[in-house]
Amino acid sequence: MAESLVKTDSVAKEFSGVRVLDDISIDISEGEIFGIIGENGAGKSTLIKILNGIYQPTEGDLYFNGREIERMDPFRAKEMGISTIPQEFNLVEHLNVYENIFLGQEHQQKGLLLDRKKMEALTSDLMDELQANIPPDARIGELSVAQKQMVEIAKAVAYESRLLIMDEPTTVLTANEISVLFDLMRDLSDRGVTIIYISHKLKEVKEICGRVMVLRDGEFVGLYATDEISEHEMANMMVGRELNQMFPEVNPPRQEVAMEIKGLSEGDLVNDVNFHLKKGEILGFFGLVGAGRTELAETIIGVRDRTSGTIEIGGEGVEINSPRDAVNSGIAYLPEDRQNTGILTNFDLPSNITLISLRKYLRNLLINRKRELAKTRKYIDEFNIQTPSIRARLETLSGGNQQKVSLVKSLDTEPDIFIFDEPTRGIDVSAKMDVFTFINELVGAGISVIFISSELEEIIGMCNRVAVMREGEITGILEGDEINEEQIMYHATGLEKRAVR
Amino acid sequence: MSKSTGTINEIKERVSRVDMETYGPLLALIVLFVASSFASPIFLKWRNLTNVLRQISYTGTIALGMTFVIISGGIDLSVGSMTAFVGGVVVIMVNYFGGGLLAILIAILVGLLMGAAAGAFNGLIITKGKVAPFIVTLGTWGMFRSLTLYISGAGEFRSTSRLFPQLGMGYFLKIPIPVWILLGLTVFYSILLNRTKFGRYVCAVGSNERVAEYSAINVQRIKFLTYIITGVNVGITAVLLSSRLNSINPTTAGSGFELDAIAAVIIGGTMLSGGSGSVFGTLIGAIILGIVSNMLNLLGVSPYLQGTVRGLVIIGAVLIQRQRG
Repeated sequence: MAESLVKTDSVAKEFSGVRVLDDISIDISEGEIFGIIGENGAGKSTLIKILNGIYQPTEGDLYFNGREIERMDPFRAKEMGISTIPQEFNLVEHLNVYENIFLGQEHQQKGLLLDRKKMEALTSDLMDELQANIPPDARIGELSVAQKQMVEIAKAVAYESRLLIMDEPTTVLTANEISVLFDLMRDLSDRGVTIIYISHKLKEVKEICGRVMVLRDGEFVGLYATDEISEHEMANMMVGRELNQMFPEVNPPRQEVAMEIKGLSEGDLVNDVNFHLKKGEILGFFGLVGAGRTELAETIIGVRDRTSGTIEIGGEGVEINSPRDAVNSGIAYLPEDRQNTGILTNFDLPSNITLISLRKYLRNLLINRKRELAKTRKYIDEFNIQTPSIRARLETLSGGNQQKVSLVKSLDTEPDIFIFDEPTRGIDVSAKMDVFTFINELVGAGISVIFISSELEEIIGMCNRVAVMREGEITGILEGDEINEEQIMYHATGLEKRAVR
Repeated sequence: MSKSTGTINEIKERVSRVDMETYGPLLALIVLFVASSFASPIFLKWRNLTNVLRQISYTGTIALGMTFVIISGGIDLSVGSMTAFVGGVVVIMVNYFGGGLLAILIAILVGLLMGAAAGAFNGLIITKGKVAPFIVTLGTWGMFRSLTLYISGAGEFRSTSRLFPQLGMGYFLKIPIPVWILLGLTVFYSILLNRTKFGRYVCAVGSNERVAEYSAINVQRIKFLTYIITGVNVGITAVLLSSRLNSINPTTAGSGFELDAIAAVIIGGTMLSGGSGSVFGTLIGAIILGIVSNMLNLLGVSPYLQGTVRGLVIIGAVLIQRQRG
């Protein structure tokens, strides 16, 4: 067996008396790809931050290369060859790709001027290796989310790391990009680079990792060779109970039409979109990145100005020119980008939850704080929102719980039509199941749902019908037996169209 | 177990938050107040204290409006020259309508409307023209001063009314009228910020504009209104200032008010980056600035050095903010 690279001995971490990580002993070898899975708040991030020196362990010892590390800090970690690809991007938006990759370790000419050519060439090589078609002098701000992720990966690789920690690197990548990334990871591993891989996508963990450690509530649950454990078993370990069925039963919708969209366009982004949504129906929207699903949703709710088309709700035409109009017409939207469009991280729970529906909480022009708190308390119980306190600011909540607040915020407007945009992105298995159950309860109560997702499995498991989009157009609306992986991908990639011709 | 720790956390958090945001500036004020009473025997005299309060009532009133602008993520540099401009018009109105009670009432009304209009002008260019508030109000800062000089023909605006000065000079229950107005406005704006939909929206816009937009808030309208609020407060200040002096000097009136108003807001604990803040904090910030100048005077520090000390106080306040954030 290869040499041990990272070892922790009974490591524990406490924050103001609360133990968030307890008695973790791992031993990871050189060149190993080591998976860590667990729900939000299981202690994965804390463990990583101990390894890369951001946190000091309260108890226990840390070894690197067989030597005990007395005091790790981010600077030493970098020196020793530990790099981390964080979940949230850490790139300077107005610098270009190569400047970001070499930020803090610029190559210099004669010790004074920056060696721009060399850095560009190195960046170009890296991008080739990643099969990413990103010019070295492109501005970060102009890149797509997936491209940014690739730059983040290139940045970590450029450091000639010995230990590479990846926290959910594939959330925004397409299947093709993921497979390139995995090839690169295997290549790095062959060269002796150790990789710690954290993901909610158990299928990927099983595919790429040799061993996987399961954490739950800060405690060690088990360590398994990935070829000896199934995805289902992994999920059960994480949650600590038997997960029977991921998706609730799909119920038939009612006959009445809740909303009808006719000829809706927004420039080139949304092109002549027609569909109807029945009462109590879940209509899925699938498409590859850039297919225009979010743009369509934003056009419906009036964030974007439509260039043509009409919206009918309950058989009557409505004029939606702003998000306020959409709320008044009974449409709620759960945005895809929680941090930038969903919640206010410096606001507390009640102020977030009532932000859209604040009118309901006014008495003689003043906000009735008691009623806000009562409603918040009700939602906390109903949705099992884990929070330090009822008045906690959202920045102190985990991603999954922030997502629940974002959802409750839209729900509090009492909508008839609810548009979910990637509602399960970056949240763990049991939070996902909570979301699915919630959506099912909504349609049970006669609310109609538009369900935008990039996860085929979800789309197939949840929806009555599936609309597939490509380049701003709906290329097909699938029903019943047509809802399967082949058909959906056919329409999403445009192969179907060619076949017809 | 989780319930009890929940409650403890809640209490902890409440204490710490109250501590940081409200009591920080208040504590600084108390320390400064006690130190000043020891440093100078004159400081605690009623006359001196009311004088300090009267002096801060002008920029303090403007600072209350500025608090809304800054929380929403903007800034207004034009308030000083806007004060001179509106003040000049107020004096002209008092004279034009004969200097009696009716003339004064008309002048006050015109002053408030002019302030609102000037604020609306700033707000309109910022929201419709999508120009950075810093640039727009830097431009209007120059414009208002120049218009004031033009209208005055380089002379002073001088009122002939005997009644008009009584508003700015007068007392009610031994406290100057402008101070009463400042206190009343503080209570009003504090309720507006903390208890109304508008106040909540102002914080939301400053915290994250896009989230606010997706939350069905009319972001541009909220921003626009914060500049109008500031304009109205400038109008009030202009009336009080011109009444106190019974004149307005087109060159010096209101000069440097923007700095003092912004400083009061920042010292009061409102984040320069927007998103949250406190109206009472701004009042405290204004009083702190007032006491600092007063003490420098009482201790015989050269007036030329006062700007340095004020500058240090402002920078210090921002540094403390940075550490908190």
